[in-house]
Amino acid sequence: MTGDRVERIRARLADAFTPVSLEIIDDSHKHAGHEGAKSGGGHFRVMLVANAFEGKSPLQRHRMIYAALGKELEGEIHALSIKAYTPGETSTG
Amino acid sequence: MEVMERIRTLVNENPVIIFMKGTPQFPMCGFSSRASQALKAAGASFAYVNVLEDADIYENLPKFADWPTYPQIYINGELIGGCDITLELYQKGELQKMVQATVPAKS
Repeated sequence: MTGDRVERIRARLADAFTPVSLEIIDDSHKHAGHEGAKSGGGHFRVMLVANAFEGKSPLQRHRMIYAALGKELEGEIHALSIKAYTPGETSTG
Repeated sequence: MEVMERIRTLVNENPVIIFMKGTPQFPMCGFSSRASQALKAAGASFAYVNVLEDADIYENLPKFADWPTYPQIYINGELIGGCDITLELYQKGELQKMVQATVPAKS
């Protein structure tokens, strides 16, 4: 079931950004039982490298990702940690 | 006061403010904890709102900000982001500059 969620997130992000690189890590198990996890939503980490982020501020990049995830965010995702880079930014570290 | 008005007043009257789950002393969420620690480490004196104790703000701040998650950090009335962006700014040394620029001159 958790695997499905990761696949759904992956599909939405891949559609929206045609990313150069996309990594999704499910950290839900680390948070089982804590106060914020009561709703059943998962904890995820996303590392996304895409040309679409060129010239965008960190705030704008996060908003683009939130927009692409849309409804997934409301129930399925309790917490999302985001790293969003352009291809140029990753090669320079 | 209407909740959107309350939020606007809070972000306008506090140069640095974090809307978080729990408090800086007793955070209820790892992201809120890390973000408030970064503010402290950057030398900010900041206000906070525990959104778990204010259902109106909890429900409406995401609409106000067009930002779906907590914590939310505002400097000079503007959303700078959540935990990830705040930590990134801190690691680059930019958060320190941003909060220093908000400190009102002592008379």
